[in-house]
Amino acid sequence: MRSPVIDTQPDPIVPRPARPPLRRVRGGRLLTGVARGLAEHLGIRPILVRLGFMLLATPLFEGLGMLLYVALWAVLPSEVGTKPWQDRRQWPVFALLGLGIVFITVVTGWAGSGMLFGWLAAIVALGAGVIWHQIKPDADWLSTIMGTSGRRSAALRLGGGGALVAIGVIGILAALVGLTRESIDNVLNSLLFTVIALGGIALVFGPLIYRMYLQLNSEREGRAREAERADIAAMVHDQVLHTLALIQRRAEDPREVARLARGQERALRNWLYKPSAHAADKFGAALEAAAGEVEDTFGITVDTVVVGDRDMDPHVSALVAAAREAMVNAAKHSGVNNISLYAEAEPDLLSVFVRDRGTGFDIDDIAADRHGVRGSILDRMHRHGGSAEVRSTVGEGTEVRLTMPVDSTETMSDERNGQ
Amino acid sequence: MNEVPEQRLRVFLVDDHAMFRAGVRAELGDAVEVIGEAGTVAEAVAMIRTALPDVVLLDVHMPDGGGRAVLEQVRATHPDIRFLALSVSDAAEDVIGLIRGGARGYVTKTIAAGELVDAIRRVAEGDAVFSPRLAGFVLDAFATKNQAPVSDPELDQLTNREREVLRLLARGYAYKEIAKELYISIKTVETHVSNVLRKLQMSNRYELSRWAVDRRIV
Repeated sequence: MRSPVIDTQPDPIVPRPARPPLRRVRGGRLLTGVARGLAEHLGIRPILVRLGFMLLATPLFEGLGMLLYVALWAVLPSEVGTKPWQDRRQWPVFALLGLGIVFITVVTGWAGSGMLFGWLAAIVALGAGVIWHQIKPDADWLSTIMGTSGRRSAALRLGGGGALVAIGVIGILAALVGLTRESIDNVLNSLLFTVIALGGIALVFGPLIYRMYLQLNSEREGRAREAERADIAAMVHDQVLHTLALIQRRAEDPREVARLARGQERALRNWLYKPSAHAADKFGAALEAAAGEVEDTFGITVDTVVVGDRDMDPHVSALVAAAREAMVNAAKHSGVNNISLYAEAEPDLLSVFVRDRGTGFDIDDIAADRHGVRGSILDRMHRHGGSAEVRSTVGEGTEVRLTMPVDSTETMSDERNGQ
Repeated sequence: MNEVPEQRLRVFLVDDHAMFRAGVRAELGDAVEVIGEAGTVAEAVAMIRTALPDVVLLDVHMPDGGGRAVLEQVRATHPDIRFLALSVSDAAEDVIGLIRGGARGYVTKTIAAGELVDAIRRVAEGDAVFSPRLAGFVLDAFATKNQAPVSDPELDQLTNREREVLRLLARGYAYKEIAKELYISIKTVETHVSNVLRKLQMSNRYELSRWAVDRRIV
């Protein structure tokens, strides 16, 4: 439905769906997914490809279809990622067709020697495929064979595939030479020599391969250790060395040195004991983050103890903001460089206590325009349904107590994790 | 601080950092008598058994098993020697592990000298010493939110009073301040804390061990 105006433009390049690469599909396959994969690659209907294989498998084409199919199966990589499922609707039809072809071939003896070769070659391809498919593209073949996991199935596949290949090859030889007694002896002899030769090769190269495998393993472990070490080195370099350099440059300023050391300590602890939650999600993590900010800004220490935890919501973040303001006030006015922060999350109540042993003040003396305490702490708590209490004694210190009732029906985060 | 020389407490330092031992020794000064120090587990066990100190200041993290190994080996033969854990690690499993191993207290290495001397004295008298963080850990571990059946209510639950005392400890209150706040004597506060320590050491409460491992917050 293009308007003529647009028609004057050169045709926009319609992005045709990229032609899928030739592979064995897993979703909607009938047998192994070769036919459907081929059909998707060629852009035709799968049933046409399947019928084509069937037709080629008849004695008319000397059983070429069979050989083609098995060969494709052996060499095509399997599709990854799709959920495998089999399309069983066409099963009966193709099973009947296949039986019919076999019946015609065997009963009428229509098959020529070419047909026999086709079948035998197909068996060889089948055996090879069984072995090749063992080797996953993401794993190297050595550990596929030597790996402890699935070693049994690996042996089965190797043995079965090898046997199929051997049968096919011997069959072709027999068909070429003819089944006389002498020729069978010859074949058996050469087979014997082959086995002996293979045994010799295994004897020579077996230990070598085994050693390669061990070496590979130890190399892999070494790489993992190296990565770990590089990780630590990067952290030390980015943070610790940097902080140490700063400390040396600021050595004459004890407050700054303490601030740097404290910040680095916090970073290292975070690195060692991975924080259990993000500051935006959890009450405890948010409080710890706020305490960290105050420590960094004012060069003091905040001893943080959090009991229990809870998911963040607007009320909880108001509580955290009020607690932060209380810590800032203590840092600015108390005159000491150590603050205690204690928070407890009970099912129906959150409480936060910010305490310092500083100069203290007379609460009645707080000027009405002192925005910090009024607006940031008291009003904020009231707006969100909580309460705040400031207790201070001149010379002994100050404690800000914040409480906020919360909905106890909301699952406590600890319970959710714990059960 | 009464500095009667013959009553000075005999203290032993165990820490694998010689610099830290020297620092503690200097900080403690004349308040206590440091009768020896050791930097390895084997050395510590052997020396403590011969020196028989009143209190051992014990580092948590050391090669060959750490403070826990020293605790277990010494307490097997000398159960009356008292241990105060002193560590930079605030990891719950370390703290709870040492307390369950028999230490009578836990303080962090950043503690002020005066408070450390107080803590040593308290431990020597058979009381318990909880840092705010340890108090928080205990509150968390004994929280009532897990309604798992308790086998022994006497050991597996804290009384309301003990909970109150722990909360104040976690808020950074000193024993004297706690006593004032709750209108009880300092001796009563000490009794409560000692009872909590006993529960912490004796309780088989499943959450205690699980919680300590689960919680990796600093």
